[in-house]
Amino acid sequence: MSDILLPKEKNITLPDGSIEKKTTTLNLGPTHPATHGVFQNILEMDGERVVSAKQTIGYIHRAYEKLSERRPLYQITPLTDRMNYCSSPINNMGWETTCEKLLKIKTPKRVDYLRVIIMELARISDHLICNSVVGVDAGAFTGFLYVMQYRELIYEIYESICGSRLTTNIGRIGGFERNFPNVAFEKLEKFLDEYPRALKELDSLLMRNRIFMERTIGAGPISAERALNYGFTGPNLRAAGVDYDVRVHSPYCSYEDFDFTVPVGSTGDCYDRYLVRDQEMWQSLNIIRQAYQKVQEFKGAEAEVYHADVPEYYLPKKEDVYTKMEQLIWHFKIIMGEIDMPAGEVYHSVEGGNGELGFYLISDGGRTPYRLHYRRPCFIYYQAYEELVKGAMLSDAVIVMSSLNLIAGEMDS
Amino acid sequence: MARPVRFNIHPKGTDIHDNVALADLPEGDMGSGYFATSFEKIVGLARKNSIWPLPFATSCCGIEFMALMGAHYDLARFGSERLGFTPRQCDLLMVMGTIAKKMGPVLKQVYIQMAEPRWVLSMGACASSGGIYDTYSVLQGIDQIIPVDVYVPGCPPRPEAVIDGVLKIQELVHNESLRRRNSPKYKALLESYGIQ
Amino acid sequence: MALTNDRIKERLIEKFGEQVGNFEEPYGMLTFEVPKDMNLKVMQFLYDDEELRFQFLTTLCAVHYPDNKGRELAMVYHLHNLTDNIRIRFKAYLDINKPDIFTATKLYEAANWLERETYDFFGVNFIGHPNLVRILNVDEMDYFPLRKEYPLEDQTRKDKDDEMFGRGGTLGYGTVKTDDDTTIAESEKDNVGDKLV
Repeated sequence: MSDILLPKEKNITLPDGSIEKKTTTLNLGPTHPATHGVFQNILEMDGERVVSAKQTIGYIHRAYEKLSERRPLYQITPLTDRMNYCSSPINNMGWETTCEKLLKIKTPKRVDYLRVIIMELARISDHLICNSVVGVDAGAFTGFLYVMQYRELIYEIYESICGSRLTTNIGRIGGFERNFPNVAFEKLEKFLDEYPRALKELDSLLMRNRIFMERTIGAGPISAERALNYGFTGPNLRAAGVDYDVRVHSPYCSYEDFDFTVPVGSTGDCYDRYLVRDQEMWQSLNIIRQAYQKVQEFKGAEAEVYHADVPEYYLPKKEDVYTKMEQLIWHFKIIMGEIDMPAGEVYHSVEGGNGELGFYLISDGGRTPYRLHYRRPCFIYYQAYEELVKGAMLSDAVIVMSSLNLIAGEMDS
Repeated sequence: MARPVRFNIHPKGTDIHDNVALADLPEGDMGSGYFATSFEKIVGLARKNSIWPLPFATSCCGIEFMALMGAHYDLARFGSERLGFTPRQCDLLMVMGTIAKKMGPVLKQVYIQMAEPRWVLSMGACASSGGIYDTYSVLQGIDQIIPVDVYVPGCPPRPEAVIDGVLKIQELVHNESLRRRNSPKYKALLESYGIQ
Repeated sequence: MALTNDRIKERLIEKFGEQVGNFEEPYGMLTFEVPKDMNLKVMQFLYDDEELRFQFLTTLCAVHYPDNKGRELAMVYHLHNLTDNIRIRFKAYLDINKPDIFTATKLYEAANWLERETYDFFGVNFIGHPNLVRILNVDEMDYFPLRKEYPLEDQTRKDKDDEMFGRGGTLGYGTVKTDDDTTIAESEKDNVGDKLV
């Protein structure tokens, strides 16, 4: 092989100031088992304590905002799927409700209730991953493995509705692409029966476990004022003590018809975040039960409604396209992209798994948006990471990172 | 009203030979107390059933990989029980998710650090060809920077599809000649990527 | 008395007079324009005032209008009053040759990375920002990709046949260049189908 480096003979040049420097640089690089997603943290450590942290993101930048300027409205839904991919239906519904706000479409109640069921299932799915991964990072692998089984149940429900497990592209502007089949409701009932037991099991494993509590209590606390200044939203903000939930503040999709509580923590550390997410999962189960009951109350013709009547944006039924003239024209116009949106600008936000997911859409009356800006919660609150881990130990730094539920696809749009 | 269940209502009794796959003996000479065959075949058989993957998970395909490693679609039954997160200890680099141009050099570094013999499985449309992101910041396929053995298309591919991809890798591992990694053809392949 | 859009408009005109203008309410959100050197003053006023407590920065971004000469880049800020549940949006227009504007990081920490992202995509220079470098794109990139004159696709890729995607090839979409080698945006082309490139 090539010549072996002999320290005495070859000159090794160190970077300037590295001998006088009192801190070690540790690179929690983009590929690391602890970073769930691709982002890099360069930590300056004084022994075991973190002195400062510098973040690098952009390792999965896919140019969503530029890509959205090229695509008509219904083609942007698959893009939004892949932002927060642990709970893709929430992103999809958020985008569709934004389009409906722009186009001034009012969806029927049954569609709203079905949307609520799907969104709350997605929220459970997202929080399950986050909580069990916090357990994994603290050393408890079992919870994760047991809980993945229930995520499979949720995937089966999505699959029976839209055909896909993970990146669902569920729903269309104005409603859903097809009525929920009976199999979906059967699976939902099975889920509602079996899941509470599993969540109780996960709770009993981690919530009052002394080791877990000692790892997470006091790790990465943040006060409510600092959290608000940093733009935190979602479970991280609620753990810090501020009860801001978009579902309650600006209800969309008939959330005002549901009765649920918003859990709020006090110190904003990892344990509070874990608890807030856990309680939110119980509340989501509650909401799903109420929504399912409301859906079952629709009888007769109303039970067949699954979309609003918007011929310009909602594809007509295939049988009609083959036989009737108007539907053929609408089908052609929608697919070939001859429909112009009304000009205007709208900002709409939904409560995603991580917080307020916002869409700022500027339309100039053309076929595609003129500018679409995504307000991504992960991107905004990752800035606070340095403040959260300053003075903490390395293992706390890792736990804080996973309890913030950072999803790289959402961070780099 | 719920539709009545139509399938699997009379489960048949199971036979162990239906559930456990027994590998065939390679061809060779057998006698009492000895079995002679070529070295390649034994090494291939041993390697293929214990491939240790490195999950290079960047985005959505990574979550599908987590579902794959779970109990429902178990990848561990094919020998991939231990996931290594360091390239020095792994055989199979599974690239899952979109690779942006910023991530390209990182991926190349990880590939270079792997020891021979190494295989690469590109999971998902984004890793195979750029996927739905035909943009200025996404690498249009990882085969622009590293040689790939198996591509698994899908967005994200179902776990069964990834298992199919892993089975194809197992075929490649099984049939690979022991001299391949030193052959001039392989060296030329690595040269074309700029990897020494 | 509950805070309404009209009351906010009154207070703003009372404080800033003619400088804030162009009040609109698209889809219920009050939108107005401020001159670019006043953006920090307006935000500080909205933050500190006892009645209008807009103390949450929802998001900020930029929009590129290549046709408005002298006012090409619009900076858009969205603020939120959590106690009274009111959102507000204001814009500041910048000239593309000198896109300077004051940074909001001293007021809202959230603006730090949002402004870096805006700089990365559009080239807006934030005066006083602690660390204005590229955040999402590769560091070596020398142009600002979200401006309208740059194409979406990577022009050096060889495996995608543009004609099959409905651009370039024989139809001229997306790859027609001017004499000084910048790509013509699709909205500026006329008679696209006629020219064979």
